[in-house]
Order: sequence, then C-alpha cells, then structure tokens
Amino acid sequence: MPDLIRHDGVHDDEWTLVSAPEEGQELALPEGPALLPATVWKENRDRYAGRNDIGIWFDSHEEPEAFADVLDDLPVIAVNFPKFTDGRGYSIGRLLRERYGYKGELRAVGDVLLDQLFYMKRCGFDAYALRPDKDISQAEHCLNFFSNTYQAAVDDKEPLFRRRAAETS
Amino acid sequence: MYVYDEYDRQILNERVAQFRHQTDRALAGELAEDEFLPLRLQNGLYVQRLAPMLRIAIPYGMLRANQLRRLARISRDYDKGYAHFTTRQNVQFNWPAVADVPDILAELAEVEMHANQTSGNCIRNTTTDQFAGVQTEELTDPRPYCELIRQWSTYHPEFAFLPRKFKIAVNASEGTDRAAVQVHDIGLELVNNEAGEFGFRVYVGGGLGRTPVVGPVIREFLPELDLLTYLEAILRVYNRYGRRDNKFKARIKILVKAMTPDVFAEKVEAEWAHIKDSPTRLTREAVDNVKRFFTEPDYQSLDDNPDGLQTQRAESKAFDSWVKRNVSKHKKPGYCIATLTLKKTGVPPGDVSDRQLEQLADLTEQYSFGELRVTHQQNVVLADVRQDQLFELWQTMRPMGFATANLGTLTDIICCPGGDYCALANAKSIPVAEAIQTRFDDMDYVYDLGDIDLNISGCMNACGHHHVGNIGVLGVDKKGQEFYQISLGGSSQRDASLGKILGPSFAREDMPQVIEKIIDVFVDNRTEEETFLDTYRRIGIDPFKERVYA
Repeated sequence: MPDLIRHDGVHDDEWTLVSAPEEGQELALPEGPALLPATVWKENRDRYAGRNDIGIWFDSHEEPEAFADVLDDLPVIAVNFPKFTDGRGYSIGRLLRERYGYKGELRAVGDVLLDQLFYMKRCGFDAYALRPDKDISQAEHCLNFFSNTYQAAVDDKEPLFRRRAAETS
Repeated sequence: MYVYDEYDRQILNERVAQFRHQTDRALAGELAEDEFLPLRLQNGLYVQRLAPMLRIAIPYGMLRANQLRRLARISRDYDKGYAHFTTRQNVQFNWPAVADVPDILAELAEVEMHANQTSGNCIRNTTTDQFAGVQTEELTDPRPYCELIRQWSTYHPEFAFLPRKFKIAVNASEGTDRAAVQVHDIGLELVNNEAGEFGFRVYVGGGLGRTPVVGPVIREFLPELDLLTYLEAILRVYNRYGRRDNKFKARIKILVKAMTPDVFAEKVEAEWAHIKDSPTRLTREAVDNVKRFFTEPDYQSLDDNPDGLQTQRAESKAFDSWVKRNVSKHKKPGYCIATLTLKKTGVPPGDVSDRQLEQLADLTEQYSFGELRVTHQQNVVLADVRQDQLFELWQTMRPMGFATANLGTLTDIICCPGGDYCALANAKSIPVAEAIQTRFDDMDYVYDLGDIDLNISGCMNACGHHHVGNIGVLGVDKKGQEFYQISLGGSSQRDASLGKILGPSFAREDMPQVIEKIIDVFVDNRTEEETFLDTYRRIGIDPFKERVYA
C-alpha cells in the first residue's frame, strides 16, 4: 500500500485511484475503497451515491461547481495536480471547503512535492499522496514551515490584519 | 514607512529558513532543477547568462538609510560591489553564488528587506508613484494600500502557482501617473466617486512584453474596504481560467482579451459576490493601522523660495539647470522633491556602486529624514529636501555622480541590463544608451528638446518598457546579429499608448544617427509649446519614416 500523509501522520492508503475508462469500456471497480473520475461518478450517481467506500477525483481543469449539491455523498475527494506548477488545484480546494462546505477528506494527488504541502494545507487539503520519490519523513516539517500567515485561507479564517486589530483593542 | 512587528519578522525569518532548506536540498540533489526553479524564483533568484541574479523587492519604492547600507555591504561581501535599480522598484545583484543566497536573504531580513516573489508565476512587488505622500495633487497616499496588498499577496497559498507572473501598480494622482498603472496586470487608481466616497478604479489586463496592451477598466469604482476581496476574485478567475498550455498566452491580458473585458468583469463580479463579505474584507482599523506608518516626518515650518536659493540659482547655471529639471514641487512650503538621476553618461542606467549606496544613505540622513525612494525610471528620489539646503545637497552629491541634470530628457534613458547580463536578451542595450547619451552631450540642446521618454529593451520581454517610450528601442536578433527596431509615440502616462513601429531595424552603430534624425524631424515640425509626443501625435509617423529611411 502506498503511503498517505494526513495531519496526524503517515498512513497506509487503502484507496485505489481509478483512471477514466477508455472509450466504450466499462469502468472496472477495484477491490476495496475507490476514487472514481468525477464525471464517471456523476453519470452513475444512483449506483454510487452514499457509499462510504467510493469517492471521486478531479483533474485540475474540472470544475467543482458541478458537484456542489452532491458533496455530502462523498467521503473522499482527490484533486489531481498534473504538474506541481499547475496551481488550479489550490482554488478548487478553497472552493470545495469554503464555498461548498465539503467536510470529508480532501486529498492532493499527482505531482505532489514537499514544498507545496504548506500551501495545499492552507487551501483545505488534509491528505497528501506525496510523489513516491520524495522523502516522506520531511513532510511534517514542510507542512508547518510557517507559524503565522498574512491572509485568510481555509486553515485560518482570520487574516492577520484582523488578528492584530483584536489584540490591540 | 512601514515598520515590521513581531509577526512580520517571524514570517520573514521562517521564509529564510524555508529557503535555506530548499537550497540545501537542491544542492544535495534532492530537488531536481525544475522543482527548485519556481522556489528560487519566488525568492528572487535567477540563473543568468554569466552568473545567478538576485532580485530584491523595494515595496512601494522606499528604502531607509540602514537598508541602503546593508545593500552596500551585501554587494561588497557577496557580489562585485555594485547593484542595479530596475524599472519595477526592485534592486538586482548580478553575481551572487547560489549557495550564498540564504545568507543574503538572512542579512536582508535583519533590515526588513526580502526577495519575496520578485520573480516566478506569482504576485510580484506592488509598485507606486515615487512622489507618494509628498506631492500636491494626490487624492491620498497610495502607500498604505500597497502595504496591505503586500501583506495579502505575500505567500498567498492559492496564488503561488499562477499561469504567469502578475504585477500590480497603484496610482493616486488625477493629473499624472508615475506608476504606469494602465500597463500592469492590475492597475489601481485611487478615486472618489460621485457620492464622495473613496475607492479604486480597477484596470485589468494591461502589460508590455510580446503582446503589449493598454488595460481596460473593469470597474469604475471599488469601495476602499473591498480592495483585497476584489483582488482575490480577479486572481481566482485568472488562476482557474488563464491559459496554461502556452507560456506566451498565459498572461491575464490574453484571458481578458479572449473573454472580452465585459465578460471578464462579469466573471469577477460573480466570484466576488461570494467572498466580498468574507474576513478578507478590510476593516477601518486595519487601514488606519497601516496608515499610521506613512504619516508625515517632522517638517519644520518654512517658507517657499528662500532668498538664498534665488541667489544660488542666479549664480550657478549648472545648479539652476538641475533645479529646473530635477526638482519638483512639494506639498509642504519650504520643502521640495529632488530626483537624483542614475543616468550619467558611461554608467549603465540604474547602476550604483557599493560606495554610492552608502553615499545615498548619508544623503538621506543629512537631507531627507533618512529615507529614499526608487523610481521605475531607474532613478532615486529624496522626497523631503529643505529648499534652503538644496544647494548644499547639490554640491555634496555632485562628485558622487548624482547631480546629472537630465531628468525626463532624452538622455534620462530607461534601459534594461540587456545582453551584457541577461540570458533572455537578443541584443545589448547598455552600449546603445551610452552611444545616444554621448551623441546628445550638449545639455542646452537637450533641455530645449524638453520632455522625451527614450526607453530601450534588449528583447521583447520589454523590461525597458520600450512600447511606452515616446521613442522606443527594441533589440532584435537576426541570424545571430544584433539589430534595433524603433517605435514612436508610446506613453505610460495618463494618456497611455503603445508606440508604433517605424520600420526595418538598424545596426547598433547607426543608432545615434537614427535618433538624431528623429529628433530633427521633431525640431523642424514642433510648435512652441509642443513636446515630442504632441508633435508626433499631430504629424503622425510618416515624416519620421521619410527622414530616417531616406
């Protein structure tokens, strides 16, 4: 089982990320919990909704807006970072958490490197499938580079200017 | 000027530690070059043609004496003893070693300086008018808003990996624009609406480079406290929908153009509707808290035009010329704004030595409350000089090379480092600037020509802002040979416009002569009160073409 970082440490990852089926092919569900391509899940919503062993994954160009009303049915959502420099996943994370109130596990998958973990955490991710060639023992350090931040995000709703004002008043 | 508190210090020190960790891993081979690249760029570190280059931010252009001295020390200890002021209120070192950069950043942090986000596909240093807070006509001081944007944009978790770089500029004067806001990704103009409320006019999608665009207004009035939420909405739309498949089409100007400004504005409004009342909305206290760092220094009660000054001007033609060209009106009686051009012939525009940085520090302490500003024209400004000390200042700094009386003239050339230093450049730019300065060495003639912006870029990335030069020069590469293309009629002012290409490009040795011909056409056609740009706009490009290509 590959490793998965959560904020409480490193875990075995029980979930299988399922690729989109080829044209004309049926989706083959693996043994155990599975993350399905978001569009596939939606097309078969009646079959999968409410199952606590089925989640979805988004690619960076896909829009979480289309899933706004079904998020309660999903125990895990993964967002793919096809390349670590593709920053769309950060906005997707914030939208899922802040706008659509998603409460389940939000995973970063794909080209996930150590130096992006802190930003991902701030944008609402709470699980990370670090690229396997990276040193997982450094993840905790990298998740916590900063003890304070200027702007509001998912992990801290109060921007620093509000916290400063609260301290002086 | 803004002073760090414990939060700012801690955040910056943690950033330095983070970059040290990243550099160590890069040098140990744990980070691949392409993985280290965006991290080092976001810490100001380029790898250039001859050596790395480190770009340091100067938020809203302000430097204190101790910061100038620290820059001098760094340039001596880690570089070759000089630094370069850029066209974006940054300063660059051209020869640091990669392994030294964490130490340099630590030294900068000690004086509340940094290289945060001075490069890379993130929100860059916010720039503004170098006369902010001291000039007569601004609506209010733009710097507190620049500082609020600095804090909001620093390590913004959502916007560290944008499709491309992102630049914000702020202007607060109705009559002038020294920040070139219409050629920025976001330009903000401080305005009052009809109800007398205070806020911002928002331009989006301007820019130079490969596809120059004068940015359209997407919102005529944004209430003051909505500044950061609205910026967040713009950036979110750009982050999600900006093109990522083609580097040359990734800037926000391409997205705005493709969507049309109206549709882009609608997208932003729709996004903003969700977040406008979020905790990111500014509070009165937050704005006031930052404003108190930009209060007036301890001005004396003085009168304008002291007798001594009149006498000194009458007795020294050189001093009088300098006052006429380089000194501007100050909002306080008895004070003035002195611009020190770094455009002495033979010195690359914007370059200063370590010794000069220390001399500048001394000058600020002696004559301007220990503070200095840098300009996007690559000059520096002493913003609070007593008129009765102006002559003494001028005498003191003449031997230092700061008293060149050419501000705003043909020889006050904006010029990128070009092929001498920059890996991107197609052609050298510094020798072209020098050749033109040498050709136009008769200052009386140069003064007679009046205000002319001559801007030189060594490649189409346009660091020398050639598109908005009244005369723009662009270095181009033709089969390995350096040539120079000329454009006329650009402006970065309120009447922002992009220059029009004159025609086929020229060899370097022909450049002074070509500029001379262009100037001759102006002199032959101008009316008494016209500037070069006025004449060009009246007569068009054809008379220039005819003379130059005759």
